[in-house]
Amino acid sequence: MSKPVPPGDAPSPAVQHMLVRYAKRGKMRFASHRDVARVFERGVRRADVPIAHSAGFTPHPKISYAGGAQTGVASEAEYLSLALTSRREAADVRDRLNAALPDGIDVIAVTEDAGGVPASRLIASEWQVILPGLTRQDVAPAVDQFLSLDHAPVERLTNKGVRRMDARAAVITLEARDDSGRGAHLEMVLHHTVPAVRPDDVLTALRDVSDLAPTAPPLMKRLAQGVFGESGMVQP
Amino acid sequence: MPVESVYPQLEALLPLIRKPVQYVGGEVNATVKEWDETDVRWALLYPDAYEVGQPNQGIAILYEVLNEQAGVLAERTYSVWPDLEQLMRERQVPQFTVDTHRPVGAFDVLGVSFSTELGYTNLLTALDLSGLSLLSKDRAEDAPLVIGGGHSAFNPEPVADFLDAVVLGDGEEAVLRITSLVRSWKQEGRPGGRDGLLLSLAATGSVYVPRFYDVSYLPDGRIARVVPNRPGVPGAVSKYTLMDLDAWPYPKSPVVPVAETVHERYSVEIFRGCTRGCRFCQAGMITRPVRERSITTIGKMVDGGVKSTGFNEVGLLSLSSADHSEIDNVAVDLADCYEGTNTGLSLPSTRVDAFNVTLADELSRNGRRSGLTFAPEGGSERMRAVINKMVTEEDLIRTVTTAYASGWRQVKLYFMCGLPTEEDEDVLAIADLAKKVIAAGRQASGRKDIRCTVSIGGFVPKPHTPFQWAAQCPPGTVDARLKALGSALRSDRAYGKAIGFRYHDGTPSVIEGLLSRGDRRVGQAILAAWRDGARFDGWSEYFSFERWERACETALADWPVSLDWYTTRERDYGEVLPWDHLDSGLDRDWLWQDWRSAVAPEGGAEVEDCRWSACYECGVCPSMGTEIQTGPTGDRLDGRRLLPVLPALQHSGGQS
Repeated sequence: MSKPVPPGDAPSPAVQHMLVRYAKRGKMRFASHRDVARVFERGVRRADVPIAHSAGFTPHPKISYAGGAQTGVASEAEYLSLALTSRREAADVRDRLNAALPDGIDVIAVTEDAGGVPASRLIASEWQVILPGLTRQDVAPAVDQFLSLDHAPVERLTNKGVRRMDARAAVITLEARDDSGRGAHLEMVLHHTVPAVRPDDVLTALRDVSDLAPTAPPLMKRLAQGVFGESGMVQP
Repeated sequence: MPVESVYPQLEALLPLIRKPVQYVGGEVNATVKEWDETDVRWALLYPDAYEVGQPNQGIAILYEVLNEQAGVLAERTYSVWPDLEQLMRERQVPQFTVDTHRPVGAFDVLGVSFSTELGYTNLLTALDLSGLSLLSKDRAEDAPLVIGGGHSAFNPEPVADFLDAVVLGDGEEAVLRITSLVRSWKQEGRPGGRDGLLLSLAATGSVYVPRFYDVSYLPDGRIARVVPNRPGVPGAVSKYTLMDLDAWPYPKSPVVPVAETVHERYSVEIFRGCTRGCRFCQAGMITRPVRERSITTIGKMVDGGVKSTGFNEVGLLSLSSADHSEIDNVAVDLADCYEGTNTGLSLPSTRVDAFNVTLADELSRNGRRSGLTFAPEGGSERMRAVINKMVTEEDLIRTVTTAYASGWRQVKLYFMCGLPTEEDEDVLAIADLAKKVIAAGRQASGRKDIRCTVSIGGFVPKPHTPFQWAAQCPPGTVDARLKALGSALRSDRAYGKAIGFRYHDGTPSVIEGLLSRGDRRVGQAILAAWRDGARFDGWSEYFSFERWERACETALADWPVSLDWYTTRERDYGEVLPWDHLDSGLDRDWLWQDWRSAVAPEGGAEVEDCRWSACYECGVCPSMGTEIQTGPTGDRLDGRRLLPVLPALQHSGGQS
């Protein structure tokens, strides 16, 4: 009994890789990472970008995604990598993608890269969280108290069951900023940990040490992603 | 005056619910127009969740047809899931369109597409969330006109009290006609008010205004008469038939969803209508005659549609796609055009016919070859004669042998249970058939790991079909037969694991039956069920048979009728059926003769397709002024290789 072989020629090999930084804005913040993947799979086809495909009976476009901002969270710094079967100018790929993608999934920068997601260059993220109905004065004491902790264990219910993690261990910086009129602003830089500590996990920990109660769901946004050093975030 | 978006209020609710992206719009190819630059505004409702409604071909077509018109705006709205419904009620957020989040209550027309009767309770939710009165007679002067369409609208009587008007048949020209009447009425200062507009629609003879007809009943519960209750309203309403599909190549650029949906592909209808004459099939009866799109138009639509959407799959839709007069060239040429582009091509419906396997081979030559579906519908030869699905066991075995031999690993067989005259052994025959399929497949492929899935649907008699008079099989009988079939399929260890078995319990079919053949009195049961919490009745996790039973008991208490009366009762020739005044073109006497010959003691008589044998006088063409439009045109698509891969298509009446 022989193993079935997919029909046709072997897929064209990748000759160039593009690292794409994109934003998830406005209404599109409600897209899940699977939604975003569908958007890009169709986007590259609409844009006529020569995307490489995997071999086998069900060829998939070769797009690798860095861990995406969760559903409901906006981002100015999402990353993915495209494998192309013929060479293109980075700026041309950016413009074509932007013309082909829905508003709110916006390509910010395209650069030629080695291929795959550069995990070693994406080890921390800077987040902004707006807490509607609260002021800086409401939030600052909770932040101080949280930062004085050695550990801040939190739980989150995921599809795979309850995840337990130390929210404090992931926090590099955390501060309450002046409000913009929409509510208190929190800015934080978090290590990418496993399991990932997300800004809402930090909020959970803040609620554990205080009685913070925003009047509406918090608005969260990833501002930057990269390697956090003394001069700030170095993005790929 | 511009109408304000409710998005700011909605946005605060979206983090609290499941799959929020389905409500935000902003998809590629969505159309947004300025409110004030238009004067006729349609909200198009598909009364089910976005994931089901978004891919709907009918809505996609009307959305484009309307939005292409200057001064006309069309936006989409879908049923919201109960989690959002509850929050919208708490925070007083109205039903909105996903395109601009304008409130549905601000539009001129709310067009509702009914593909299935189980969406009726969702209609009520949408009307209620829109702030509209549920009953047409109570609706405010400035409320949108609520107009139903789609296949279920061929018997709209159960929802007659909730709809202002109903369109039967093809929507493309109908929506433009309605648009022009709405426009004139608005420009002339709304003469006669809401009823004035409805009268002008009714006067066309092809828009049904239920409120303009009175229904009276006999003491035994049957209908006595259905008559217009004012001058200027025709006694019967005819369906719309779109001729020349090449002149209406829609959808050209359908919306590309961000959310996951049930069909993610660019679909082109390669023809509309079907005259195979399967007696259970409402779609095949009400969409006559067959009107083909030419290979050239199909090629242009696929080219444009794939480019504008980025979909990697193309569906060649119709009620029986292999029956297109040039399907062989369509398949070969499209497969050539898209060779090496990772674009999948598929025929969603396949008859039992070895030719279909060849077609499927051709269409899938660049991609995956996972499963093929065939629909013998009836388990025994006798049963298939009753339903006029003339497939022999040899046809089926030959077809699946071809499929397994050419590399298909999985074959799905679709049957119905509860057909007229069905006995236990007709259903048990499915088990024998499935085992023979596996045996033939193992021999043809030389493999042990091939599979066959038997999928069963409960038969529901539908209006405008020869089975419209039939008694629906009680759910207990259907369930018992399916249980016995399950045991028979599992009894033989040599086959048990190779055969999958999928079926649902029989109770949702009973309610579908009630809503399919019900009259206006059923509207009260729908209302009662909805008030009792009925939502998303097409979803097993929401459907409650007990709730519907309760609703029928209370709502029908004053009448000599019941759930059983509507479903498991056989009707006589003389009975006035609730849809007799709605003209699908089918000659009622032809339907009756076909019904009687189906269940004749000597066995069901065959009706051959009028595309390749003589007209059997179903009545549609002469009464509607239409004709069969088929090729071949002899044209070919650019980009093909010159390879005569397929044998010539031969139609020899029934299965070739």
